Amino acid sequence: MSGDKLFHRSALPAEILVRQAHVLDPRAGIDAPRDVLIRGGVIAELGEPGTTRPPSGAAVIEAAGKHLFPAFVDPHVHLRTPGQEYKETIATGTAAAAAGGFCQLIAMPNTAPTVDQVSVLEALRAKARVEAVVPTGFLAAITVGLAGEELTEMAALADAGALGFTDDGRPVASAGMLRKALQYQRLAGGVVALHEEDPALSADGVMHEGAISARLGVAGIPSISESTMVGRDGGLARYEDARVHFQHLSCVESVEALEFWRDTGAPVSGEVTPHHLTLTEEELLSLDANLKMNPPLRAESDRQALVDALRRGVIECVATDHAPHARHEKEVPFEQAPMGTTGLETAFAALYTQLVRPGVLQLPVLVERMTAGGALYGLALPRVAIGEQANVVLVDLDRDWRVGEGGYRSRSHNCCFHGRSLRGTVELTLAAGGVAHAGAGIRTTMLEEVS
Amino acid sequence: MRGHLLSIDDLDRPGIERILDRARSFAEVSGREIKKVPALKGRTVVNLFYEASTRTSSSFELAAKRLSADVVSVRSVGSSVEKGESLKDTVQTLSAYDPAAIVIRAPFAGAAAQVAGWTAASVVNAGDGKHEHPTQALLDVFTLRQRLGSLDGLAVWIVGDLAHSRVARSNIIAFRRMGARVTVCGPPTLIPRQIEALGCERQTTLARLAEADVVYVLRMQHERMREAYVPSLREYAQRYQINLERLREGQLLMHPGPVNRGVELSGAAIDCAASLIGEQVKAGVAVRMAVLYELLVGTPALQAVA
Repeated sequence: MSGDKLFHRSALPAEILVRQAHVLDPRAGIDAPRDVLIRGGVIAELGEPGTTRPPSGAAVIEAAGKHLFPAFVDPHVHLRTPGQEYKETIATGTAAAAAGGFCQLIAMPNTAPTVDQVSVLEALRAKARVEAVVPTGFLAAITVGLAGEELTEMAALADAGALGFTDDGRPVASAGMLRKALQYQRLAGGVVALHEEDPALSADGVMHEGAISARLGVAGIPSISESTMVGRDGGLARYEDARVHFQHLSCVESVEALEFWRDTGAPVSGEVTPHHLTLTEEELLSLDANLKMNPPLRAESDRQALVDALRRGVIECVATDHAPHARHEKEVPFEQAPMGTTGLETAFAALYTQLVRPGVLQLPVLVERMTAGGALYGLALPRVAIGEQANVVLVDLDRDWRVGEGGYRSRSHNCCFHGRSLRGTVELTLAAGGVAHAGAGIRTTMLEEVS
Repeated sequence: MRGHLLSIDDLDRPGIERILDRARSFAEVSGREIKKVPALKGRTVVNLFYEASTRTSSSFELAAKRLSADVVSVRSVGSSVEKGESLKDTVQTLSAYDPAAIVIRAPFAGAAAQVAGWTAASVVNAGDGKHEHPTQALLDVFTLRQRLGSLDGLAVWIVGDLAHSRVARSNIIAFRRMGARVTVCGPPTLIPRQIEALGCERQTTLARLAEADVVYVLRMQHERMREAYVPSLREYAQRYQINLERLREGQLLMHPGPVNRGVELSGAAIDCAASLIGEQVKAGVAVRMAVLYELLVGTPALQAVA
């Protein structure tokens, strides 16, 4: 069913032999060196290392020492199109995703205008068919204009290709309104994804309420602003037996609320971002506006609870919440700056560097969680298996790089990891059978093969 | 070397003491008939104020003039700031005049530090949002040293709206660095969660106020009542007003101004012998002269910001 829900520009089906890569796909049960032959954009052979002969016309990539995974899936990106193309376009956003090893994206509807009617969604689909380097799906708004007052034509939007519904960027503040959406979802189908935040508790807060906000004298966003809404809406999901997904969870109390409702059998799930898994409020002492996002970076105890929840599968997937903002928008005092950080180009390296290398999270678990985000919206999981369309990423786990030193593929540069040294580079991304991204070394190899 | 004063945290105890020792000699200058020294002759100091201010802006202006600097004062009202020019553009425009120092007051935390990244001038934080007001902390320490000699072992209570006070944050740090113990006291709605991380104790009633050697009272802003932080100013005054009945013999009283008479302080308390409020204001010019001198002339105790 994913065929008519993801949109991208056509790409030549790849003809590539990736020789002697270490293939790791926890779902397919592979964790060994293999020759991976891709013909016509489909995984044709998974041979013993060094045994596969390249067919004529195929590019050969010597990948001994490198790792090949199913490519990543990001269920939460802001591509800023339509209306804010100065921040990001579908072309630049999906190029950033490809450079980060992603093969599927789900874009949020808080654009200008918002994706709250079929015509906007159709225009987006058409644009994605021309511009998207990585297959991209769309969520539509729950309420018109994200105003929380009237339902969108959810059924028509679902028919037009919406994978689900969200007012992301804002909560559905009224429980009564959300209940109606969950009832109506039975007709429309799809998942209702929620940005959880109580506006009265967040008020004019700009960072986590805690020791750092007390020191800096800026208004805090308490963790209970999020968790009390997870508690409320988990209850609604159970009562209405409605499929609800909690976006970008940030604190220990939200994990507790999610787990509570999950254990009752309510059809709920959750996602977490790389920045909430690796950074804390301590970073905010610098008042660097690139570290301002919503929900905010929280305390170390929250970070640990999120890592633990991801490890145990209580939170089932990683989502970047890639939120580009233009330089002039972020180059203002912290309290005035808009919320959001880019994340597509750094997600894997940040998590590999901060969680896998220190032994906090096993590599197969990270690969599983970084590929799971589309399945909850009904998309097929990327798999490294014969006969599957090639959705794979080749990474070098031994290479260090400094974030931002080579610029960004994203149109915006507001990355919370800017300037940090990370380990792990994406060398090659195949999405829907085509080459979406090739690092400099591999590009040269492929050009030589062609000539 | 280009130094800044962005946070009171930039100064260690000897750094604070050196500035305050110099301030004492400048206080003597202020006692002369001709109150000028030529230290900053030919150099320019820009005062950039994005918020209303009487005390801080006038004392910075006077301090720079008494050091013989050329002074340019820019206020947000009537300037291109009002026309929507960004802080960065304004600072870069003013930097074209090659000022030796920019003194900035802005309604946002971290604004002074940001300005320091955009200009070659030394930057002095004259209040950034609810974050910090380091020269206020210096003049308050100066005032107490003049009266008591030392702050070592002193018990200071800071009473009032801790949540919205930049003075409170800078003063907690400065008082502690100079050897005092600090207790904060106010309505629970106006004390930030985890304020104890700054190294102070928290009280929500005045029951133990007698333990204080110094009672430092913060301004209670009327708009806080509209925002329902306290039910009424009347109830606030009943519980937290510092008046002669609540002060004991020997306690000193301070307030950064401007005072709401009859709210956080009774009129009688303001004018009583224990009040240092007038001395605080007087200290402002000498301490700000010492800060400018330290940054622009003297051996910097302030580290250049990387």
